[in-house]
Amino acid sequence: MNDDSGGERPSVPGSQWYDAEAGPLVRPYAMTGGRTKPGPSNVRFDLIALVVVDDEPPGPAEEALLGPEHRSLLTLCRAETQSVAELAADADLPVGVVRVLLGDLLESGFVRVSRPVPPAQLPDERILREVIDGLRAL
Amino acid sequence: MAYERSESTGAGDGADTSALALKILVAGGFGVGKTTLVGAVSEIRPLRTEEQLSRAGELVDDTGGVDQKTTTTVAMDFGRITIRSGLSLYLFGTPGQDRFWFLWDELSQGALGAVVLADTRRLEDCFPAVDYFEHRKIPFVVAVNCFTGARTYGAHDVSRALDLDRGTPVVLCDARDRDSGKEVLIRLVEYAGRMHTARLLDSVG
Ligand SMILES: Nc1nc2c(ncn2[C@@H]2O[C@H](COP(=O)(O)OP(=O)(O)OP(=O)(O)O)[C@@H](O)[C@H]2O)c(=O)[nH]1
Ligand SMILES: [Mg+2]
Repeated sequence: MNDDSGGERPSVPGSQWYDAEAGPLVRPYAMTGGRTKPGPSNVRFDLIALVVVDDEPPGPAEEALLGPEHRSLLTLCRAETQSVAELAADADLPVGVVRVLLGDLLESGFVRVSRPVPPAQLPDERILREVIDGLRAL
Repeated sequence: MAYERSESTGAGDGADTSALALKILVAGGFGVGKTTLVGAVSEIRPLRTEEQLSRAGELVDDTGGVDQKTTTTVAMDFGRITIRSGLSLYLFGTPGQDRFWFLWDELSQGALGAVVLADTRRLEDCFPAVDYFEHRKIPFVVAVNCFTGARTYGAHDVSRALDLDRGTPVVLCDARDRDSGKEVLIRLVEYAGRMHTARLLDSVG
């Protein structure tokens, strides 16, 4: 069973995580197994939600069962923390498809997906200051 | 089973352990320079989303009871600016056509702010974008893309012509120029910061 309740997962300050129970999302294509119908409780991953590989992923046997698209997403995530939008652009897949595939990877415990922090909840203004300085230095 | 987890690593602020992503939209009328602007400040990549035409409203008016869902692919501009490891700015250029309004509802959720690009030769093209962000109280700046051959107007004239709320910045820019594009983004982030602070103060009374 899933013992994901409470604060057992190490939480990253400032982010929340989508949980697997939220379920898969819009599933429009064949590579998603023809699944197209989002259920009532489904969350759409934000385009800038960040995807990281789970630190306790399933074993290689389970990974071998993944389809090629799932695996290529996983490879991209391993290289670097990626946003949903970047994964779609890099894998050259439509966003909707990537959302479905990520939903699968999340459910099976390969990845974790962070909810973006709304600007209104930014920890402090220093972040924006940093962004401004960073832009100047570009 | 719960195990103790030492929070000692960077416990103080923890800021560097959490990756932060900020979203900025680039909107404006058809052909006003959105793709050019995103490309000038970041490495641009096309992003495909697929949308059901019926969601776009008026597009399909003659379905005649045929249960046929047409999916269309909408391309957006997408760019990332890495400020530092763990802090990135994501730019989304939204399609200029009115029929893709619905895309904005998703994009604008949680956005730090928006750039509305304007061309003084057809200023009215940016009215919808201005209205959209004003109504949703999303901080935005108007960036006037100074095409060659277009008469140059001052920021004040544009502000008046668009009937902008006081304080909404108007920046003259050249969308092809990286520094100019950076300046637009800087003005937006500064403005968004001021807006958020003001709202915070409001909310505490
Ligand atoms: N002279 C001049 N041309 C520009 C400028 N900005 C953009 N252009 C040109 O104007 C044309 C349209 O620019 P885009 O960046 O594609 O405009 P867009 O807003 O992305 O257009 P859509 O996505 O079709 O709505 C391109 O040919 C650009 O090279 C500018 O500042 N000056
Ligand atoms: Mg464009």
